[in-house]
Amino acid sequence: MMEKAIVLGCSAVGAGLAMIAGIGPGIGEGYAVGKTIESIARQPEAKGDCTRTMFIGVAMAESTGIYAFVVALILMFANPFIGKL
Amino acid sequence: MDGIGQGPKVVFEIGPIRITETVVTGWIIIVAVLFVCLWLTRGLKKIPDKKRQIIAEMFVKFVNGLVKENMGAKLIYYAPYIATLLVFALLGALVSLLGLRSMTADINVTGTWALMTFALITFHKIKANGFGGYLKSFGKPVAFILPLNIVSEIATPASMAFRLFGNVAGGMVITSLLYGALASLSSAIGLSFTAGSWGFSVFQVGIPAVLSVYFDLFSGCIQAYIFSMLTMVNVGTAAEEE
Repeated sequence: MMEKAIVLGCSAVGAGLAMIAGIGPGIGEGYAVGKTIESIARQPEAKGDCTRTMFIGVAMAESTGIYAFVVALILMFANPFIGKL
Repeated sequence: MDGIGQGPKVVFEIGPIRITETVVTGWIIIVAVLFVCLWLTRGLKKIPDKKRQIIAEMFVKFVNGLVKENMGAKLIYYAPYIATLLVFALLGALVSLLGLRSMTADINVTGTWALMTFALITFHKIKANGFGGYLKSFGKPVAFILPLNIVSEIATPASMAFRLFGNVAGGMVITSLLYGALASLSSAIGLSFTAGSWGFSVFQVGIPAVLSVYFDLFSGCIQAYIFSMLTMVNVGTAAEEE
């Protein structure tokens, strides 16, 4: 019982720590959007192109955050360590 | 609160094959899209006089333009595939608005689509370079970079699958967490009523809709678009290689 409690608690902490990775995509996407707004302000007729490219770039930048999120989900809901006890 | 971390429910079983909610939702979407297509394309005329033909033409033109822009005019025959992917991914995410489980919140679905993209990428690389050239391209620019190239080859479909899955599943988890939090908040203040198995919490009215607009509508549309965009870009660059 004790071991299970320790594993569960540590997994919850780990899931929380994994989500620190959200900082990276946040900063990166902020930069991307800011630069896009700058370029749209400079050249409003290129708005469509800029926005489309930005969305793809933002989606790419987001993948690290998504990986962290998948790790957190696995730790919370499909814990692989419980079975090893 | 229950059911947050669970996978899709098993609806029925045929022998060893388990038919989950995801598959049933997929069937519903397929039938719905089929009937919408039949309805949209009925009685086509050279000079359109009905609104539905204009809508159908707009959609086809949009997809054709997208494919031409990202894959080149030579690969225009991918337009039906891309349109299918786009519509399926879009409706698969938006079906959560009807209270069903999002189809793309299942790693099996997104993984399958990513594997299809991977097969197309490999096919076009082999077609463009020949099989020997395809194997040789792993050792370029220098031979010892081979493991990195293999990893990056596998990472493309994996990241595509996880991106779509993570976005939709993340939205689902966050929305259900919020529902649970609002339910306990209302019961703490005493504003939740239960009648038999039917419960009602005052705070659950309206507040989750704000998140739902972002996670279900916006995220679903954007991710469907991005998935088909990445498919186009990846297959297009694979076909272009010398």
